[in-house]
Amino acid sequence: MSLNEFFHMGGYGFYVWTSYGIALVVLLANMIAPLRQRRKILNDIARTAKRRARRDT
Amino acid sequence: MFNNFFHRMASPRHFYGLAGTLIPWLAIPCLLLTLAGLYYGLVKAPPDYQQGDSYRIMFIHVPAAWMSMFIYVVMAGAGAIGLIWRIKLAEVVAISSAPIGASFTFLALVTGSIWGKPMWGTWWVWDARLTSELILLFLYLGVIALHNAIDDRRTAARAVAILALVGVVNIPIIHYSVEWWNTLHQGPTVTKFDKPSIHLSMLIPLLLMAVAFKLYYAFVVLMRARCEVLERERNTGWVKELAEKT
Repeated sequence: MSLNEFFHMGGYGFYVWTSYGIALVVLLANMIAPLRQRRKILNDIARTAKRRARRDT
Repeated sequence: MFNNFFHRMASPRHFYGLAGTLIPWLAIPCLLLTLAGLYYGLVKAPPDYQQGDSYRIMFIHVPAAWMSMFIYVVMAGAGAIGLIWRIKLAEVVAISSAPIGASFTFLALVTGSIWGKPMWGTWWVWDARLTSELILLFLYLGVIALHNAIDDRRTAARAVAILALVGVVNIPIIHYSVEWWNTLHQGPTVTKFDKPSIHLSMLIPLLLMAVAFKLYYAFVVLMRARCEVLERERNTGWVKELAEKT
């Protein structure tokens, strides 16, 4: 099987690759979201703690 | 001692650490199985005698549809455990499952639609299978919206659990829709009692992808649950300590 044939998918290339592409995007987004959220929460907590420490001194 | 063990396991701090250790051990096998599944599904498996190469969408579509129902049952089950025994961790798992379940439901619907266009000649029909799966998506979105609408996290968890439990009724409807009603969607080929009517060369990638998706859910739900635990425990000493270190 040639690479061209592989991408052509017997004429269904558009449908097959769109499906796999959307799946890849959705699954990656679901992994990136909690990674970024965790960073955000921890930064947020650290910032609040620092502000409170400054206020108390 | 037995009780003590469960108590410790379910303590947020312990869970946070344990989940962090487990994630790579689930993510790496997930990646390997996905690569194997893609190889066997896109390269090795022969074209279908009726559908040509378009059937390869199945390797995403069917596992995604299975996951959409599986995650819903896990979410409702965890919600019920949270309601009955007031286990916080169960509430965390329930709400962390919702966006992942919604994503798989979305994927099942969209890939089904993209597969339907060349095979059925239409992107969408209001047949029982498609409609009940669309209702599942709305149930997930309802759970997420309800959780966001209530400020108190424990009250929100209780409300979400009740909504999720009511929606469980939809799961057998999705599963049996192709038998109870005359649908355009084809009947089951794998999950039936006699031998699956699918060739081994196509069954192998399908099962590889199905297991990969299960592992994916397992580690992503842990990632999300860790965030939810941090939010809930943000005023405790160990979370503050953790935040200072980063």
